[in-house]
Amino acid sequence: MTTLKERYYAVADGVRKAEAGRQKWAQGLRGRWQSIPKPVRLLAGLAGVVLLFALPNIAIPGIPFRTDEIPNGIGFSFVLSTIAIYVLVAVGLNVVVGMAGLLDLGYIGFYAVGAYTVAIFGSPDSIVATKYPWLICVPIAIALTMVSGVILGTPTLRLRGDYLAIVTLGFGEIIRLVAVNLRVTNGQRGIPSVPAPDEAHVDWNVFGWFRIKFDFDLDIFTPMDARPYYWLALVLIIVVILAVRSMERSRVGRSWLAIREDEDAASIMGVESFKFKLWAFAIGAAIGGLSGALFATRNVFVNSGNFNLLLSVMFVAAIVLGGQGNILGVVLGTVIVFYLPERFRFLSTKRELVFGLALIVIMVLRPQGLWPSRRRARELQDRKLEAKEAAAGA
Amino acid sequence: MLLEIENLDVHYGRIQALHGISLSVGEGEIVALIGANGAGKSTTMRAISGLRRPSTGRITFGGEDITKMRPDRRVVAGICQAPEGRGIFSGMTVQENLFMGAYTRKRGAQLNADLDHVYMLFPRLKERRRQPGGTLSGGEQQMLAIGRALMSRPKLLLLDEPSMGLAPMLIAQIFQIILEIRDQGTTILLVEQNAQQALSRADRAYVMETGSITREGTGADLLVDPAVRDAYLGVA
Repeated sequence: MTTLKERYYAVADGVRKAEAGRQKWAQGLRGRWQSIPKPVRLLAGLAGVVLLFALPNIAIPGIPFRTDEIPNGIGFSFVLSTIAIYVLVAVGLNVVVGMAGLLDLGYIGFYAVGAYTVAIFGSPDSIVATKYPWLICVPIAIALTMVSGVILGTPTLRLRGDYLAIVTLGFGEIIRLVAVNLRVTNGQRGIPSVPAPDEAHVDWNVFGWFRIKFDFDLDIFTPMDARPYYWLALVLIIVVILAVRSMERSRVGRSWLAIREDEDAASIMGVESFKFKLWAFAIGAAIGGLSGALFATRNVFVNSGNFNLLLSVMFVAAIVLGGQGNILGVVLGTVIVFYLPERFRFLSTKRELVFGLALIVIMVLRPQGLWPSRRRARELQDRKLEAKEAAAGA
Repeated sequence: MLLEIENLDVHYGRIQALHGISLSVGEGEIVALIGANGAGKSTTMRAISGLRRPSTGRITFGGEDITKMRPDRRVVAGICQAPEGRGIFSGMTVQENLFMGAYTRKRGAQLNADLDHVYMLFPRLKERRRQPGGTLSGGEQQMLAIGRALMSRPKLLLLDEPSMGLAPMLIAQIFQIILEIRDQGTTILLVEQNAQQALSRADRAYVMETGSITREGTGADLLVDPAVRDAYLGVA
C-alpha cells in the first residue's frame, strides 16, 4: 500500500524526468533548426507567414480549430483579429515587462488612450468632431500614448518592483474612470462611428491658400468581415516585431537587459537606468496605443467597458505564460490565453474554470514560461539559488 | 588627493547609517576600509559610486564635487565599483558581462586589448567566456566582478569584499591580483572583513564601527594596534 506522499513523489519524479527529456529534445530541436541553411529557414518563416494570412479561410476536416465550428462559437476571423490585436499589445508589454523588467499592471491604460484618441479625433459623433481620417488619427494616437507613458513614467519609474506594479495598477484604473466620467469620452455610452482605415472625408482650407478635399470609402474594412482587420493587424505585428528585435540587439536592448538583471550593477557600469526605463515605458506605451487604435477601429465603437482591470491582468498572464523576454514565446502565450477561452466556449460557464486550471498546471510545470528566452530562464534559476542561499544563511 | 570625503551622513529612511565620515584616497594608493558587519562599509561604497545619496557632506573626486552626480556620470569620471557578492549579470555570458563593464567606452582595438588584459589577469574567465555568469562559482564570479570593473578603465576601483566566501588560497591570489592592478596605475579603495589580508596589503586603512570611522593609519601601524588586533584580527 503506497501512501499519498509516496505517490506524489513518484509523480513529481516522473515530471522531472519528462522535463529533462523535453529539455534535451528542445536543445536538439534548436540545434537542428540552426543547422538548416539560412535561405531555407527564411523560406520556412515566409511559408509560416503566408499560412497565417490564409488562416481565416482554412478549415481542416476532423480538426475543429475554427471557433465557428463548435456550438456557441463565434466567427473565426473575428476571434483571429482580436487575438492579433492582443498579440500586438503583448509584444508592446513585453518591451516593458520582459525586456526592461518593469512590472506594469496598468498597461491597459495606454491601450485605452490609443483607442479613445482615434475615436475622438476621427469619429463624426465625438464632440471634438475634427473627423480626421484614420491615417492621421493613428500617429496622433501613438504620439499621445507615448507622451502619457512619459508622464506616468517620470514620477513612478523611481519606484521599484512591487511598488511600481501598484502605481501602474492605479494608472490603469484612473484612465478607465476618467473615460467613464469625461464628456469627451462619453462615458458608458461611448463613441460610435470610429473611422475605417480606408475612408476619408476631408474638406480642409489650409490658411485659405489651398483646399484639400477627399471623400471616399473603399468599403474594404466593414463590420461584416473581420478579415481585413486581421490582415492589417498581422502586418503591423510583423513590422513591430522586426523593430523591437532590432532594438533588443542594440545598445538600448543591452541596457534594458542589464537593468532587468540588476539595476544597481547596471548603473555602476554607467547605464543611465532612469533614461532607459523611461524609453522602455514610452516605446511600450506607443505599441499599446497602436493596438488600442486598431481595436477601436475594428470595433467601430469605444466605451469605457472595454478597458477593465481583468484584461490588463490577462495580458501579464499571457506574457508570463509564454515566456517573458522572448518575443515569439510571448506571441504563443497570448494566442493560448485568448484562443483557449474561445475554443472552449461550448463548455459555457465552466470554460473559465477549465482555462484557469490549464494556466495553473502550465505554470507549475514550467514556471519560466512555455518558451522563455534562455537568459530569462537562467536569471530565474539564479534567483532561486540566491533565495536558497539566503535561507541557508539566515 | 584623488578622492576626498568630508563629513558624510547617509540615512536609510530614519535610520542613520553613516555619521560624519571623512576619508581620503590618494592617487596610486591602496586604501582599505575594515570593520564588522553592519559598520557602514558597504554604505560608504554605495555613496561613493552614487547608488546612495548622502544627506549631508561632500564627496570630491579629482578636485570635482561629485556629491550630487548620477552614478553613470561617475563611471565616465573614472569611478567603478565591483559590487559584493552576486553583483554580476547572471543571464549574460562572461564576455558579455565584461563588455557591460566597458559600456561607457567606444568599441575598438583599445577595448579588445583591455579584454585580453583581463583574461590575462584571470585565465579562468577566458576558459568560461561563453558561459552564463550565473553558472560560475563564487570565486569566479568575484573575478568577473573585478574584471568587469576594470573594463571601464577606472581611475579609482572600488572593491566591495573581494575575498567574501573564498577559499584561503583564492584569497591570496585575488589580493595578489589587486596589487598588480595597482601597480598598473589604478587607485584602489577596498572594503574588507578579512582585516589581516587587507591591512597587510594596504598602504593606509580606516577602521569603521557603527557608522563612524574610529581609527586610521598605515596598514602596518593598524596591524600592530592592540585595539585593532583585539577586535578584528582574532588575537588577544
